[in-house]
This record gives sequence, structure tokens and C-alpha cells, in this order.
Amino acid sequence: MNKKEDVVLVRVEFLGPIQKDALELEIVNLNELAAILQKDEEVKEWLDNCAVAVNDNLVTSLECELKNGDKISLLPPVCGG
Amino acid sequence: MSLYDGSLDVPGILKEWYEAELTSNYGAYIPFVGTVRSEDGIDGLSFDIYEPILKSWFDNWQDKAKQKGAVIKMAHSRGDVMLHESSYIAAVFSPKRRVALEFIDEFVEDFKASAPIWKYDLKNGQRVYAKDRSTAIKGSGILGAK
Repeated sequence: MNKKEDVVLVRVEFLGPIQKDALELEIVNLNELAAILQKDEEVKEWLDNCAVAVNDNLVTSLECELKNGDKISLLPPVCGG
Repeated sequence: MSLYDGSLDVPGILKEWYEAELTSNYGAYIPFVGTVRSEDGIDGLSFDIYEPILKSWFDNWQDKAKQKGAVIKMAHSRGDVMLHESSYIAAVFSPKRRVALEFIDEFVEDFKASAPIWKYDLKNGQRVYAKDRSTAIKGSGILGAK
């Protein structure tokens, strides 16, 4: 059995003013992402005010399973116009 | 919906929309034009846009407008827009004025609260995120510490 097929690799993008390059992470749900980002000094201050999108759809719960190749975006507070 | 690099050509865009709907039998055309004002010593504003989610947000509003027989138009700037220039135009066409008047209000308010656009002040050669004027999108904070 080829274990590589079981790997779930997702891309995490930080939008707008969050000055951070995208990450490639091996995680299977958003709870794991929360745990990782809460330890990230560059990002943790943004988390309480960021919206989260998976494959460009906004999600409102951490109960979201991730598939290989998913794109997760963090959207800080907005102000268009 | 159209996105432009730099400031908007206000007369050109209003004319384009007017001409596009000239024979569509709408009784009302209500535009909103946002202009960069001089305040707090800024030289202008600058914008980042995340297009995929902006597009789905806009398409959702267009569907709502369609159900009322109306149509929404929107133009926004990417990058730098200087004082007294325009960065945002929205408009609603509807058969009767009441629908368009109500829609432009609801649409622009939700735009401010939900559209994935980030604003920066241009001041003293710096580009500074307008954090205090920004609004967290509904549902934000799920990744934060409990």
C-alpha cells in the first residue's frame, strides 16, 4: 500500500495586510490549522478577527474536513470603497 | 462588476452603464460614487482585492436584484487612488425608484462589511493598513484561541 496517497497537503494563504507567505501544511481539519497558527507569532494576533475560506467559500465552523489540494484563505477585517 | 488599476473614470463609467441599459425599460438609475477625501493628512488610499470571493459575493447580490427586476453595477479600484479621485462606484437600475433606492443602501452597507477589499492610507510615502476603519467579516475568529 502506498502511504503517500493518504497525505493531505493544503495551502494556506494570508490575504490583504497580513504580511506572511503562503504555507503548505499536512493537516486534515481546521482544528489542526487553529492549533498551528495560534503558535505562530506573525499570525496569532490576527486570528480573532480573521474570516476563513476553504476553496473560496467562507466557513463559520472548525468542523470542516480538508482534502488534498484544498486552498485555505485567511481574510482580515475589510474596508472597501 | 469591473475592477480597474488606479482611479475610476467616473463620467466614462456612468455613461457606459447608462448607455448599456438605455433601452432596458428601467425607470430608475441610482448611482453611488465614492470619492477619496482629504483627511488626517493622507495623500490618497490604496486597495488590495481578493477577486474570487468578491465575485461570488457580487453574484449573490446580482441574483437578489434580479428577483426584484433590478440590476446592480459596480466598479472598484486596485492599487493607489489619490485625493478627490474615485475608487468605488455602485449603481442600481430598477423599473421603479423605490427598489433601486432601497437596494443601493443595502448593497453599499453590505459591501462595506463583507467585500474582501483591504484599504490602506497613503501618507508620508508609506502604505498603512486602515485597521481602525475596517470591519471583521461575519463569522470571523474561528481560528482564534477559545
